Amino acid sequence: MSVITREEVAHLARLSRLALADEELDHFAAQLDQIVGAVARVAEVATADIPPSSHALPLENVFRPDEVRPSLTPDQALSGAPAVEDDRFRVPRILGEEA
Amino acid sequence: MSLIHESAAELGRLMAAGEVSAVEVAQAHLDRIAEVEPKVHAFLHVDPEAVLVQARAVDERRAAGEELGPLAGVPIAHKDVFTTVDMPTTAGSKILEGWRPPYDATVTRRLREAGLVILGKTNLDEFAMGSSTENSAYGPTHNPWDLSRIPGGSSGGASASVAAYQAPLSTGTDTGGSIRQPAAVTGIVGMKPTYGGSSRYGLIAFASSLDTPGPFARTVLDAALLHEAFSGHDPMDSTSIAKPVPPVVEAARQADVAGLRVGVVKEFGGEGYQPGVLARFREAVDLLESLGAKVVEVSCPSFEYALPAYYLIAPSECSSNLARFDAMRYGLRVGDDGTRSAEEVMALTRAAGFGPEVKRRIMLGTYALSSGYYDAYYGSAQKVRTLIARDFDAAFHQVDVLVSPTTPTTAFPIGERADDPMAMYLADLCTIPSNLAGNAAISVPCGLADEDGLPVGLQIMAPVLGDDRCYRVGAAVEKAFESRWGGPLLKEAPAL
Repeated sequence: MSVITREEVAHLARLSRLALADEELDHFAAQLDQIVGAVARVAEVATADIPPSSHALPLENVFRPDEVRPSLTPDQALSGAPAVEDDRFRVPRILGEEA
Repeated sequence: MSLIHESAAELGRLMAAGEVSAVEVAQAHLDRIAEVEPKVHAFLHVDPEAVLVQARAVDERRAAGEELGPLAGVPIAHKDVFTTVDMPTTAGSKILEGWRPPYDATVTRRLREAGLVILGKTNLDEFAMGSSTENSAYGPTHNPWDLSRIPGGSSGGASASVAAYQAPLSTGTDTGGSIRQPAAVTGIVGMKPTYGGSSRYGLIAFASSLDTPGPFARTVLDAALLHEAFSGHDPMDSTSIAKPVPPVVEAARQADVAGLRVGVVKEFGGEGYQPGVLARFREAVDLLESLGAKVVEVSCPSFEYALPAYYLIAPSECSSNLARFDAMRYGLRVGDDGTRSAEEVMALTRAAGFGPEVKRRIMLGTYALSSGYYDAYYGSAQKVRTLIARDFDAAFHQVDVLVSPTTPTTAFPIGERADDPMAMYLADLCTIPSNLAGNAAISVPCGLADEDGLPVGLQIMAPVLGDDRCYRVGAAVEKAFESRWGGPLLKEAPAL
């Protein structure tokens, strides 16, 4: 039985902000189903007594003094922007019509 | 010997002795690039004028009596996943086509400080996701040993450029094997340092808990010199290790294994491994024994779960990291016609700008992190990560280094696995455990497989911060094999 259906891929694509074409949904569904089926094996050995590792090496918080330091100029920060207006990133509308 | 065939160490020496200038060395490599690049396609960007400007600056510094490092004036090919202010940085993706970053990666900055001359940016699988360089949005790179085959990946441009004598050195990044696997299948040396030993600042992120910059070279000593030049603590990377770089150059010069305990990983071999790869691997183990190493078999039972764990952890981290490509601040923007919302533009841009493998991994990671599936997938994979680290700990109580083939097979034909993700993923079977545990691992050439005449790599794994052991053993193997072969393996490669 398929774990990853066409509908599941459409849902994942929405969450992932990927506007996929219809034919891509079927293709990815078959491939993702195969991959998920193979990687699910991890559950075989992942018993409750084993602590999870998010990182290979132990990590500690790293702090630095809260001081003003040189950083990018507005021109540098905006240098790759698709659209700029008044020293700011110009973006498409982010609120619905009714807002 | 012509300049392009010299090692980086020798080029550095020749320039320091005033026998040749950095400009002459750079020009020789630019000529080679012009000659073979149409066949190899290792580079995404080369600007010959800018290369000569860098080389001239090194010559001027030397003429002014400045004290320069051992690699000053040596050319290097730089993987196009490190930011560079003076060159485009694409990560092999259409979503970053033509992007000029406003800052240099720490690795880039350190190359410049060491006086290395950056020849250009090398091709890679898009966002370093892949094992063949076929996932580049700019076309595949070809293996110099056989142009119809893959040069490995994701750092395939990096491996091919060094194997094709376009550069004596190159940079790579290794998240699941992306340095060691390309090095193995092109017959060169590639090292994944201990995680945190080299800075990720300015490295375009794929899976942050795994991504590790490292060197490619044609000799073990050259790789060590480059390792030393760009590694070490970086306050700009919070996972950077605040300890000295292990003595890698000294270890590469030491090149002896007498009395060293070497463990052969029992789980890496058998079904799915090419006979010619296993034959060369067994020869390398015999060689180590003949050099005075004590060889024992070691079992790491959790390693068989490394590949599935990796293909949950890496996509999970990638799905989060690649959310930054939102069409708002830099990179591609598609469909902004004044009627569409930011969210619609974002989804159209990401669909147009990302290739199939990147989309697959983003969705796989999104799935593995979804509520309801998190414990079964991502959570279980993190537990496997613990088990793999425990296997390494237990093994390194018995032995000083572990060895295995670097890859189960030699270079496969371009196109063979392009639309079969699971087959492609198997290329990283032996390399992934060291990414999950963060320890050091190197690949060095150990001969040609009988059935296809293509290079085989020997992987040497050492504990966390035991990077020097990789170089010590790698250099000993290199020295013994080269005296048996009558020179480096690469001299067997056909002329391009």
